[in-house]
Amino acid sequence: MPPGRPLRILVCIKQVPKAQDLQVDPKTQTLKRVGVPSEINPPDANALEFALRMKDRMPAEIVVLSMGPTSFDESLERAVAMGADRAVLLTDRILGGSDTVPTAHALSETIRKIGGYDLILCGEETTDASTGHVGPGIAGHLDIPQITYISDMEIVDGRVRARRTAEDGSEWWETAMPCLLTVNFGCNRPREPTLSGKIRVKRGGVIVHWSCADVGIDPNKVGLKNSPTIVAKVDTVHLPPRARKMFTGEPREAVAQLLHALVEDGVIRP
Amino acid sequence: MIEHHNALEGKSHFKGVWVFLEGRKGALRDVSIQLIGEGRRIADRRGVTLTGVLPGYRVEALARHAIGYGLDRVIVVDHPLLEIYRSRPFTKVMATLIHRDKPEIVLYGASKNGRDLGGRLHAVLETGLAADCVKFDLDDEGNLDMIRPSFGGKSLAHILCKQHRPQMASARRNVFLAPSHDPARAGEIVHQTADLSEADLDAKLLEFKEFVREGGQRPDEAEVVVSGGYGLGDPKNFGMLQELADLLGGAVAASRKAVDSGWIPKEFQVGQTGMTVRPKVYFAIGISGAVQHLAGMQESGKIVAINIDPKAAIFEIADYGIVGDLFQIVPELIRQLKELKAPGLPTEILPAAV
Ligand SMILES: Cc1cc2nc3c(=O)[nH]c(=O)nc-3n(C[C@H](O)[C@H](O)[C@H](O)COP(=O)(O)OP(=O)(O)OC[C@H]3O[C@@H](n4cnc5c(N)ncnc54)[C@H](O)[C@@H]3O)c2cc1C
Ligand SMILES: Nc1ncnc2c1ncn2[C@@H]1O[C@H](COP(=O)(O)O)[C@@H](O)[C@H]1O
Repeated sequence: MPPGRPLRILVCIKQVPKAQDLQVDPKTQTLKRVGVPSEINPPDANALEFALRMKDRMPAEIVVLSMGPTSFDESLERAVAMGADRAVLLTDRILGGSDTVPTAHALSETIRKIGGYDLILCGEETTDASTGHVGPGIAGHLDIPQITYISDMEIVDGRVRARRTAEDGSEWWETAMPCLLTVNFGCNRPREPTLSGKIRVKRGGVIVHWSCADVGIDPNKVGLKNSPTIVAKVDTVHLPPRARKMFTGEPREAVAQLLHALVEDGVIRP
Repeated sequence: MIEHHNALEGKSHFKGVWVFLEGRKGALRDVSIQLIGEGRRIADRRGVTLTGVLPGYRVEALARHAIGYGLDRVIVVDHPLLEIYRSRPFTKVMATLIHRDKPEIVLYGASKNGRDLGGRLHAVLETGLAADCVKFDLDDEGNLDMIRPSFGGKSLAHILCKQHRPQMASARRNVFLAPSHDPARAGEIVHQTADLSEADLDAKLLEFKEFVREGGQRPDEAEVVVSGGYGLGDPKNFGMLQELADLLGGAVAASRKAVDSGWIPKEFQVGQTGMTVRPKVYFAIGISGAVQHLAGMQESGKIVAINIDPKAAIFEIADYGIVGDLFQIVPELIRQLKELKAPGLPTEILPAAV
């Protein structure tokens, strides 16, 4: 642990439409965001819980950071009510339409302004963009070590040890602070907001809003215009229609009907 | 240090298609091989060469082997500090090569390491990177049309990177067909030195624990997949699914929640962050049918869902469904399948056509 002061952990969270409510606007072919219930991007909630558990064990300050419209306050308030110390929302109209390059740039500039950080936690990916590129992008900009897809971590002799999930096994990595970690979805169960946390939110002053000018972000580096990628068009996927045949009755009967159908289809051969 | 390629005229300096070759335990990752095939197709349409880039240690033989899949040349960066994948040195090596040689297109496998590398690199290079592509095309101006699922696979987004070079994309595993291997194929090996020192090793691998696979078929190669979810309630119940899979000559797989619960190794996970399977029949047992799960199995021939909740989303994409307790249904399935397999009995247990 860094001597003499609490660990400063920054958690990057994004607000996303609730998974089961993902709806595509048939006209614009973009994700419907208004009038759709939102939540903290689920892996980011795991990242926050990760930070909160560290704070349960050692002196730490948790700053939650997000870039987006002011409606994201809802998630930031929830994060503070769960136990984060404070939150920063980078919000500016010129950020609209940013892809992962300006997003990583703007977030890393904001992180520089917050300063004094030991750990940056991101989620493994978002449910709406699902690239997983923003976390490593921030680490690249800040030129700090990164360990992605982690589900466990400890601090030993002032160094971070983290367990990473690879396709074929699990790896334990060690690195120095400050560093950036991306946290696996589902590696813990995010806690509920507490009453005292809610009161802190009510009292106000826990969330600050910064514009690009506040942070010193170059307007020529962010937004749709300065995003290398564009979505040229979106095709609706036409999946093969499914029979959706339900077999009912006693298990014995239902199973017999199912097997009969599968044999008829020629997909299983007795 | 970082060049900007915002001016269109700058684009013409960028030539050729590159594929990042990921080695793992002395072999190429399957997604890298699949990418060579797709890279070949794109390079031929653009009329340019296809280059593999292989950072590693003592990988010359691997590079020679890789050429056989259809590469024109391989840039080998051989260095002891590149023996295993690490974010910082690999980013440094790739960034240096890309700045110097200016490829027009760079492709990565969307493995954990591929995303770790691509994410860091695209920010450093300030160029576009489309994640998890399942299809590539070229637009009228010759830009790479990078096609990826969006909104949980409900649609396909066409991503273009018009003003920045290189155009970069990662590709999902098992979507592109692995090309055949021609050991006689001629190709050039180009050796590159890497300017690396211990200072570039900012992370140390302390331990690697390989997931153990207990025999059985690989789900992505099986004709029948019996997949279990959180509804199984306990890891031991995968034994029951294995028995069912064995009777059907198939493989067991799982939802991420079952994997995250530690019930079954990660490599059995189906879905957006696991593998894609396309068996003749997919049994989803105690799986709710989240979009991220569907992303990995919705192209299956027939889908059978067994779930206690009649409102479970999985029923919406099922050909056949049984609403019920899996602890009753699965044993019954096993019993009847055994009966079916016993000679002389089938017609007796099958009801009239439904
Ligand atoms: C970034 C990200 C990536 C993800 N990637 C993946 C992925 O690759 N693959 C994946 O699968 N998920 C993935 N998920 C998770 C996904 O959103 C779901 O959480 C997960 O698929 C749920 O798994 P499940 O269906 O097994 O569990 P649950 O949703 O808990 O469903 C369990 C089901 O079992 C049923 N059940 C319970 N008891 C019984 C019984 N006795 N008999 C019959 N049925 C019973 C219940 O009715 C329920 O429908 C991802 C999520 C995120 C955020
Ligand atoms: N707008 C945002 N505000 C804060 N954090 C973000 C934002 N976008 C992405 N992130 C972080 O980066 C991670 C990966 O996002 P993505 O690359 O979009 O899949 C997320 O899990 C967040 O931790």
